Amino acid sequence: MTVLSCSGLRRRFGDVLAVDDVSFTITEGETYGLLGPNGAGKTTTISMITGVLSPDAGEVLVAGEPMSIHAIAAKRLVGYVPQELALYPDLTGRENLRFFASLYGAPKSRVDHVLDVVGLADRAGDLAREYSGGMKRRLNVAIGLLHEPRLLVLDEPTAGVDPQSRNQIMDNVRALAADGMAILYTTHYMEEAERLCDRVGVIDSGRLIAEGTRRELVERLGERDRISLLLDGDVTHAAAVLGSIRNVHGVAAHGQGLELVVDDARETLPQVLSAISADGVVVRSAEVTEPNLETVFLHLTGKALRE
Amino acid sequence: MRHALLIAARDLRERARDRTAYVLALVLPLGLAGIFTLILGNVGGDSQLFRYAVVDSDRGAVARTFTEEVLRGAASSGAIEIRAAASEQEARSWVDKGEATAAFLLPVGLTEDVLAGRAARIEVVGDVDAPTGTQVARSLAQSYTDRLTAVRQAVAATVHSGLTTSPAELAAEAAAALPRVSVAEDTTLSRQLDAKTQYAAGMAVFFLFFAVQLGVTGLLEERRLGTMARLLAAPVRRSSILLGKLLTSVAIGVLSMTVLIVASSLLMGARWGSPAGVALLVLSGVLAATGAMAVVAALAKTAEQAGGWQAVTAIVLGSLGGAFFPVSQAGGLLEKLSLLAPHRWFLRGLADLAGGDVAAVLPSVAAMTAFAAVTCTAALLLFRKVVPS
Ligand SMILES: Nc1ncnc2c1ncn2[C@@H]1O[C@H](COP(=O)(O)OP(=O)(O)O)[C@@H](O)[C@H]1O
Ligand SMILES: [Mg+2]
Repeated sequence: MTVLSCSGLRRRFGDVLAVDDVSFTITEGETYGLLGPNGAGKTTTISMITGVLSPDAGEVLVAGEPMSIHAIAAKRLVGYVPQELALYPDLTGRENLRFFASLYGAPKSRVDHVLDVVGLADRAGDLAREYSGGMKRRLNVAIGLLHEPRLLVLDEPTAGVDPQSRNQIMDNVRALAADGMAILYTTHYMEEAERLCDRVGVIDSGRLIAEGTRRELVERLGERDRISLLLDGDVTHAAAVLGSIRNVHGVAAHGQGLELVVDDARETLPQVLSAISADGVVVRSAEVTEPNLETVFLHLTGKALRE
Repeated sequence: MRHALLIAARDLRERARDRTAYVLALVLPLGLAGIFTLILGNVGGDSQLFRYAVVDSDRGAVARTFTEEVLRGAASSGAIEIRAAASEQEARSWVDKGEATAAFLLPVGLTEDVLAGRAARIEVVGDVDAPTGTQVARSLAQSYTDRLTAVRQAVAATVHSGLTTSPAELAAEAAAALPRVSVAEDTTLSRQLDAKTQYAAGMAVFFLFFAVQLGVTGLLEERRLGTMARLLAAPVRRSSILLGKLLTSVAIGVLSMTVLIVASSLLMGARWGSPAGVALLVLSGVLAATGAMAVVAALAKTAEQAGGWQAVTAIVLGSLGGAFFPVSQAGGLLEKLSLLAPHRWFLRGLADLAGGDVAAVLPSVAAMTAFAAVTCTAALLLFRKVVPS
């Protein structure tokens, strides 16, 4: 079921066309990544989806409810984690949550629940200003989860955090998606988009320039996964054996090395390794190269994701 | 409305942890009012502090009328305190030691002199350090002797016309003829607050503008913290967000004024007047202060900028409105301008309340409410532009 549908979103700030004709949809349980460099228009797009800003043109529907800056019903369905930490530093973590729970009419029990979810239960009584950067980020995320939204919108939720908090947040997002929440996740970290998102929209200068799964995007560019092997034994025979595996589309040998073009390197690698060892050849090293979204972005825009 | 209350409650919780809130709303006004009273109270004349000694060496009807009608009347209005001294010597020693502001010496034969149609004199011995107190004592004595002169002339006339009236009857007539001269009846005195109350009220209303600022500036603070985006995305009407901030201001203002009124009454002996009248003045004053500070906040880009502008506004309005010194006596343009300052109306309302009943505050309440209505409306319109959309 479609939870979010945006069509033709446009927003201008003075001379800057921040968002230009952006349309996409997100279904239940799907994690959609909006990937683009700083200034691409991610936050502006999200602001229109969350009813913070009015679009100049276009429409946002959340579970069929039209969103606008006055749309109380639609706003109830959306959980929002702003890019900038949006916390009250002089309130404790728990008080921050209680306040927003009361605004959303979420039951008090949800406060303790989300504290557990983001791993802040033992520090809930401390003032938010005393939290580490990572803890603040996790509290920022927790607030968005309080009212069990149908759609969770996270605007660069991991900006500048320690790896532990980053992993915690990403695990949280995965678990929520598994429970059926629709998730819109913006980032300029390519790895996050790849690890987390079912589908990715690439945005640059306000325009959505490509959309699809990582594989779809990569293949559209004619890029394939590669596996490079260094072997001890009969390389030629190994090449013949490997060429017969379904996912392997090309094999090239140079010296003791083999270069394979494959469909899905991670899935194919075990098959490759077991086929070779069954043949009595020893693998000295194996390397996987997956063309990533960074490559896609570079192809599409001629510039790197992060300058 | 529920959302506005939730937002205000959160603000208040946060402010309750903020030391500057207490300093601005309570410590500074109370401290300054106390200091002003200490420094200026003795010089500027604090009628409530006036303690007068009375030595009745006359023990006749005229002296008794003065102590029992004139002085007791003034004392019952709370303006002065009266203590009877056994002798002139004792009275002078009280004045010397500062235990009495001045002493009335009612000489031997005062009543006889009046009855005989001779000029009567009440001597006032004053403390040089309390010129105002002495002055008030002199004017009390003077107004009484002036009236005695009138009676004396009447007595002279009756004696001449040959009517046979006993001296005792004449004395009674004289006493009865004397109006109950008292401080309370003197309009210029009654419509002024005593010094302690004046300072306490002046400082309270001056700092009220700083205290309410903590609420409305919260809107800019939310923007700085990034929480504004959250509030805008929440299922809450935008007007509730603004209303919440105004409510915070009103709550802080009412709270701080209440504490200041109670504290200045208990600690400094300020006399604010009838609670109902004071409550009306406080509420309308808080609304006016909130409106003024909200307009400034709406025009500012950051909380820091707003704070600076608000301080300037509070000081200008406060000075204009007589929070530090009475401008209403200045006359001219300044006096006219002072009508724009809620401070002026607040203090005027209190003075009217001291001299009249609760209804006496209504003109001041109306003026401050009008000020509040205009400024709050302007602030709401301005804020609508400030909030992103
Ligand atoms: N409130 C605003 N006023 C003016 N320009 C803005 C405003 N918000 C965003 N922009 C501009 O719009 C463009 C997109 O910004 P933004 O949506 O924040 O990008 P991103 O979130 O992808 O970094 C940028 O050029 C930015 O400068
Ligand atoms: Mg952004």
